[in-house]
Amino acid sequence: MTRANIDVERLREHFRTMARIRAFEEAAEAGQKSGEIRGAVHLSVGQEAVASGICANLRRSDYLVSTHRVHGHTIAKGADVTAMMAELLGKAGGTCQGKGGSMHIADFSIGMLGANGVVGAGIPIAAGAAHAVKLRGGSEIVACFFGDGAVNRGPFLEGLNWARIYDLPILFICEDNGFAATTRTRSLTGGPGPAARAEALGIPARIVDGNAVEEVDAAAAERVTRIREGGGPQFILAQTYRLKGHTAHDPATYRPAAEVEEKQRRDPIELCRETLLLRGVPAAALAADEAAARVEIAAAVAAARAQPWGDESLAWRDVQDMGAPA
Amino acid sequence: MTLMSYLEAGKRALAEEMRRDPAVWALGEDLGRGGVFGQYKGLAEEFGPQRICDTPISEACIMGAAVGAALVGTRPVVEMRFSDFALCAIDELVNQAAKARYMFGGQGRVPLVVREPVGMWRSSAAQHSQSLEAWYAHIPGLVVVTPSTPADNYGLLKAAIRCDDPVVYMEHKDLWPLEGEVEADGEALPLGKARILRQGGDLTIVAWSGVLRTVRQAAEALAGTGVAAEVIDLRTLYPWDRETVLASAARTRRLLVVHEAVAIGGFGGEIAATAAEELGVRVKRLGAPRLPVAYAPPLEAQCRVSEAQIVAAARTLL
Ligand SMILES: Cc1ncc(C[n+]2csc(CCOP(=O)(O)OP(=O)(O)O)c2C)c(N)n1
Repeated sequence: MTRANIDVERLREHFRTMARIRAFEEAAEAGQKSGEIRGAVHLSVGQEAVASGICANLRRSDYLVSTHRVHGHTIAKGADVTAMMAELLGKAGGTCQGKGGSMHIADFSIGMLGANGVVGAGIPIAAGAAHAVKLRGGSEIVACFFGDGAVNRGPFLEGLNWARIYDLPILFICEDNGFAATTRTRSLTGGPGPAARAEALGIPARIVDGNAVEEVDAAAAERVTRIREGGGPQFILAQTYRLKGHTAHDPATYRPAAEVEEKQRRDPIELCRETLLLRGVPAAALAADEAAARVEIAAAVAAARAQPWGDESLAWRDVQDMGAPA
Repeated sequence: MTLMSYLEAGKRALAEEMRRDPAVWALGEDLGRGGVFGQYKGLAEEFGPQRICDTPISEACIMGAAVGAALVGTRPVVEMRFSDFALCAIDELVNQAAKARYMFGGQGRVPLVVREPVGMWRSSAAQHSQSLEAWYAHIPGLVVVTPSTPADNYGLLKAAIRCDDPVVYMEHKDLWPLEGEVEADGEALPLGKARILRQGGDLTIVAWSGVLRTVRQAAEALAGTGVAAEVIDLRTLYPWDRETVLASAARTRRLLVVHEAVAIGGFGGEIAATAAEELGVRVKRLGAPRLPVAYAPPLEAQCRVSEAQIVAAARTLL
């Protein structure tokens, strides 16, 4: 698929999803700045096309394993934004009852097996989920997101090799946003990069423009079909850019403002808007999509705010069965 | 004496040691831009990218490489950014760093320092809040240090860098902004020496790291009701200062140990058991319940030892 022949309705759906993610991230950023949202919040502003393009090809029953930069993936997979916002606010109605916060969002009801506070730790977990699917003869696939920084950790090698030798139904998505915290990842990554590493382990890899949602969607569609047909693990390297700091507290002074300005011009939502306008969708309709997204997220924030904190007894629950703390 | 923060004091100590000894160098993620908390700010500019070495996110290799580099004569300071991430390098620390000297019959030494910031800080939840010092105190071969003041962070980090054993050096994240007087260009402090923060004859309270702030408040509160608590900052967990602690407990006949870490299997048990064995005094331990640290403030609070709990525990000993 190219820009020219993507279905307009499908692209419009991407636009809506990306607008919802953006609105969520903006609310999360505001909440972190006001202190209402605690802990560390990692925003995916500028990376929405990766989340939307990949997850549009997943079924509700498919599994998702994410990272600390988790909001976009989870929204695109279909999570309830009020429950997500309640989690960010630490409320009892949060996806994890307020026990995890932004960095530990999970929603098993949609196959979302968890964000992770430890870089790279999700990769073997995703391999294990795919292993179990194969073991029980299931038809689900696993989508495993990680950042470009994670490819320098051992679990990347171990998880990819595992997926290959057991021929597992798993799609690895490396989101290359250029940075690992304050570090330019390429400066500390040897060789030609993540896709070549995957290929070296026998996993077919594709490199896509992670800001062009139709391109991500097309690549994901093709790879997911292969996996569903029994083709084994696949790898997508989505090249994108982190428009905000590493966390919502990070002013990202380690990179020139001009660089960010330039990248802003390739904002995935704006690129998608351009295409839709060319395809005859009225600007007002797109503005209405964005307004609807903001209204939805504002309502989620209000509903989450109105929720109570969890009862203290919640802290003592779900630790373990044998010898549970009392 | 200069007023500086706990964070600043650690940075000063490292810079001075790097100036003093060209074998000292530091490695870890984001160090080139000052480290995740800013505790390396300006050091790359002074010492260059070779000695303030920016690493990939490769904890196992960061620690393993430090072991190798230590075995051939350098003195690496390893930054793990959160003690929680050091768990990605536990083999390199526990099986390699701690054992190389012994296994190889004393042919080599591993004079590395691994900085592992610990503790609850800004609602960081279960994977960024742990206090795992007892794990390391359990491992033969390791020294474990837990500074609680700027002066200690300065003097003890210097000592840790000069120490020929591998040192697990645990700063408390919540103490970074704490200010105090530090002797600039001062001396290293001895490892393994506790400090009596407050004298008292009614009971001995031993603690370390961040929770000492709460312990001091509790001691004040106890003093208000006529109970004189002697408060000891252990400072080094291994080797711990048995002499100071036991001398105090022998006088007061009552010993309370308080730590932020989970009480069960915590290092408080070691101290309490030793005092009971050696002196037959009454002992009590206080730590977190055996819970992961939750995100939401009222849930997280369940893991925090409170002033009221300390006062109540002290009273049960009286
Ligand atoms: C094992 C481990 N080491 C270090 C960290 C601290 N840390 C959190 S996010 C991050 C950068 C990750 O970069 P990348 O994987 O590219 O993801 P991005 O943040 O760019 O989305 C680092 C170093 C961590 N969470 N886990």
